[in-house]
Amino acid sequence: MYRALREMSPSDITGLIKSSNLLGRGGAGFPTGVKWSLMPVEKDKVKQNYLVCNADEMEPGTFKDRYLLEGNPHQLIAGMIVASYAVQASRAFIFIRWAYTKAEKILSKAITEAYEEGYLGKNILGTGFDLDLYIHTSAGRYICGEETALLNSLEGKRAMPRTKPPFPAVSGLFGQPTVVNNVETLSWISHIAEKGADWFKGLSLTETGGTKLFGVSGRVKKPGLWELPLGITIRELLDEYAGGMAEGYHFRGLLPGGASTDFLVEEHLDTKMDFSTVAAAGSRMGTGTMIILDDRTCPVAFVHNIEKFFALESCGWCTPCREGLPWVEKMLWSIEEGTGRMTYLDLLESLAAYMGPGHTFCAHAPGAAEPLQSALKYFYDDFVKHINDKKCPWK
Amino acid sequence: MLNEKEIKEIEKEIGQYPYPAAASIDALKIVQKHHGWVSDESVDDLARLLGMSSEELDSVATFYTRIYRKPVGRNVILLCDSISCMIMGYETLYDYISKKLGIAFGETTGDGRYTLLPISCLGDCDHSPAMMVNDNHYNDLTTEEVDKLLESYK
Repeated sequence: MYRALREMSPSDITGLIKSSNLLGRGGAGFPTGVKWSLMPVEKDKVKQNYLVCNADEMEPGTFKDRYLLEGNPHQLIAGMIVASYAVQASRAFIFIRWAYTKAEKILSKAITEAYEEGYLGKNILGTGFDLDLYIHTSAGRYICGEETALLNSLEGKRAMPRTKPPFPAVSGLFGQPTVVNNVETLSWISHIAEKGADWFKGLSLTETGGTKLFGVSGRVKKPGLWELPLGITIRELLDEYAGGMAEGYHFRGLLPGGASTDFLVEEHLDTKMDFSTVAAAGSRMGTGTMIILDDRTCPVAFVHNIEKFFALESCGWCTPCREGLPWVEKMLWSIEEGTGRMTYLDLLESLAAYMGPGHTFCAHAPGAAEPLQSALKYFYDDFVKHINDKKCPWK
Repeated sequence: MLNEKEIKEIEKEIGQYPYPAAASIDALKIVQKHHGWVSDESVDDLARLLGMSSEELDSVATFYTRIYRKPVGRNVILLCDSISCMIMGYETLYDYISKKLGIAFGETTGDGRYTLLPISCLGDCDHSPAMMVNDNHYNDLTTEEVDKLLESYK
């Protein structure tokens, strides 16, 4: 970190992050260096650049950032110092989820320590660079994780996503140039600045650089979280790390990276966990924390639970999301209760398309459409059985 | 009326931002910390302090799930009903708590001791089913453990 601030220019660091091919770890996988390069870094007294760390982890099935925040807060702070220098931000925020009470305490103590040791504040380590770092604890709502909704929330408003463009690098927090990065992404920065782009690239088994935090939850022997090279196969993760399925349960499918990703099934188990390879299999790597569907859990109830979550968490701004999600939720509920009709299945498919990309301001509804459309594809017979038998076979 | 301590804490938060209204969420949380919930009177007082209209502040207060605009019990039980906890059986816990306390989601016990609310994923999915009581997380729960820990909240 010291070397980065002393010997490198802001654009050197952004160039280094670009060449390391660090892709954003929050779920979208956007190249971090490219995001930073959009920030105006020339001296300008009028503009106040901001860096914001997105620690609003709330994607169902996702618990990776919590481990980073609780386990190594100084790694994040060091990353934020270097990142702030690279984008010339003298003010930075960590937007943390209210439920992460332990992480908040640990982080707040670490920030005090960093100020005391001269890593934050005025003239950091004698380099002439100033940075103030603040924590903002959220008051709930999944939509705060969407970067422009997060910015509105930081401004004390309802967390509604903003129109893009302008992108946050042009007009972000309080109308100023802003970069928003995920906890896991920022936790990499000081390491890459110290050890270089080639070192980082060498850590993965694929073209994308680095390792990734992967998690598994559901009916497996050892649910948990592991840091592993990108490119490890799903099968390896499930069998070697999560210990395989729990006694008496069989595998039926999984969501590879949180609730807003498409189902993958048995035939996809040899897929490598990387952004491009999971996309080629028809899903998204998302947050890299998998949720396993077993044979004793009803797939309709599984999808209903997820769509209910998305319906409740919709901010209500765009019609496909505000109207589409509750409709989907009600139809799934009635199929699960045994009162669904066959016509619902076509309607669910068309609603999944209607909520898909291009119809809404943000990725909330498109994310909700992913598990729905893929459940209809892989578990269609289960939906039909509910409708024909007028009851849930699992009840 | 906001007391001096609240005003002091709110003013400290305002200092983090370019203008007072930006601290609205922090301010609502401070009021809630002191009173357990946010009343209409508090919204009016806060709005004046932050230079907003009461309606504007209320639109913020009602958007966020962790701002309570109705009184809650002394202890708030937040039971995760998201997908990983559903797979691991949160419904059994819900049935148990609901029967034991005689309340459904969204309700408060007659003695004001507990409020039971559903909550979205708490990030404890590797140790589900999970819940929070006030600020504390509880993982890998069974009905016996829930029984014991609920007793510890008076």
